[in-house]
Amino acid sequence: MEIKREDIIHLAELSNFSLSEKEIEGLGKDLQEIIKYISQLDQLDTNNIEPTYQVFDLENVWREDEIVEQEATREELLALTVEQKDHQIKVPKVL
Amino acid sequence: MKVANKKVTAERLVRDALEKAKYFSDYHIFTFLNEEVAIKKAKEIDKRIAKGEKVGKLAGVPYALKDNFLSPEGETTASAHILEGFTAPVTATAVAKLEAEGAIMIGRTNLDAFAHGSTTENSYFGPTLNSHDKTRVAGGSSGGSAVAVALDIVEFATGTDTGGSIRQPASFNGVYGLKPTFGTVSRYGVVAMASSTDCIGFFTKTPDDMNLLMSIAAGQDPKDMTTLPDYYDESETKSQKDSLRIGVIKEFDNDSVSPEIREALKKKVELLKAKGHEIVEVKMPSLKYALAAYYIIVPAEVASNLSRHDGVRYGFRSDKSADLKNLYENTRNEGFMPENKRRIMIGNFVLSSGFYDAYFLKAAKARTLIVKEYEKAFSKCDFLLAPVTPNPAFKLGEKIGDPVAMYLEDMMTVSLNLAGVPGLTIPAGETKEGIALGLQLIGPRQSDKNLIQFAKELA
Repeated sequence: MEIKREDIIHLAELSNFSLSEKEIEGLGKDLQEIIKYISQLDQLDTNNIEPTYQVFDLENVWREDEIVEQEATREELLALTVEQKDHQIKVPKVL
Repeated sequence: MKVANKKVTAERLVRDALEKAKYFSDYHIFTFLNEEVAIKKAKEIDKRIAKGEKVGKLAGVPYALKDNFLSPEGETTASAHILEGFTAPVTATAVAKLEAEGAIMIGRTNLDAFAHGSTTENSYFGPTLNSHDKTRVAGGSSGGSAVAVALDIVEFATGTDTGGSIRQPASFNGVYGLKPTFGTVSRYGVVAMASSTDCIGFFTKTPDDMNLLMSIAAGQDPKDMTTLPDYYDESETKSQKDSLRIGVIKEFDNDSVSPEIREALKKKVELLKAKGHEIVEVKMPSLKYALAAYYIIVPAEVASNLSRHDGVRYGFRSDKSADLKNLYENTRNEGFMPENKRRIMIGNFVLSSGFYDAYFLKAAKARTLIVKEYEKAFSKCDFLLAPVTPNPAFKLGEKIGDPVAMYLEDMMTVSLNLAGVPGLTIPAGETKEGIALGLQLIGPRQSDKNLIQFAKELA
């Protein structure tokens, strides 16, 4: 399939990227090539084949229902942010 | 492995390693050197040895940590701008286990940002150079770790392997590199890339060292629900038949593979025959589609896992933003490398409505065929022996401008991750130009220990 400029802008939106014009062009070319490559799966017959999403041999791994202490404290976690105020993470306006 | 004792102190071992790290600084292996803390820890171990106290199996052994493992020693950046400034308040389980045995981290190693890549050229800090030829790529994504071991700076280094990121740089630098069975080593505290394929493993110079490290690092972890119950026991010597049946994958032995790699494979096959093992040809036609399936499934998981990096809670934050949405977009756009962006966008593409069935679901079905093909292969042989890559280490800059050409270099490593089976890179000589060659031994799930033991026969 052909990847158009609108597709790249849509994918950038889904990915939360503020791409420059140059990036839109470059990624457009790259993604076109990559999608062309991965589209060869069309040739593989997967009729009546169930999908595999994970290859871990266990299901429903249980543990005791008890409170487990966190390794990091609230203060340590808050210290990781760029800006904090009144024990909360500060960000620019939301709306 | 050289462990500290009364004669050879931990401080001596650590200082030697740090000195070598500095001597080889032009290879650009480390993103951080842990000088102060490492020497302090070494002195503590020496005091305990002097007092005659019991010390761990890795007492005073200096090691290199791939910079996507969290620990409070140095920033954990995953070689990405977006994580710059992030010093982890928690310690990865794998790190904690190694350190509990007395291992000392002397530095954090360079990788392709977020482990996306096959050369370390996608690192925000620039590429690591190949140990055998500075004009060539180190391989990736764990390039720094592989070169640290190959240049004998440390005796072992950690790595992560989502599609070949341990085996390929091990091959490009002539050292052992293990991607264990999926779920063998806890991933708690390691920067996530693709949760259904990410594995933690090691680079070493001998199979015995690999065995020792695996016996320490493996095991179920309540902090990682995708760890298998303990099956890896170093002391247990599983009886292995004297004569094994080794499969050679037909699809990986053709003209698209470099003649020197094919020659290296042939030599090892002859060696195995001489030792009384049987060689069989195994056909695995679905592997042809493994790379396409991988570059659908993994970007999908990458897009999801990397959505957490938004500049709000930790790491880099763009300061040019008027509102929150803008902050996310600017931080992510400035903080991710081009290859991160490609993978995230491809992931969002294959998951988006209208394309999910044609790409993601199709790839998940292809994955089933690949899993079955490995099961079938291991009903006919004990292990497989295959090339790791179609070509030896290539020149820096040679493929960086062509993402698909770069992906094609991963064609022989990715299927193991899709199937969850273990693979061990073994050194296999050098090219005429002196470039390292490697091969991978592949086994059924949970055969890791036997795989490592068998590697000794190929040395």
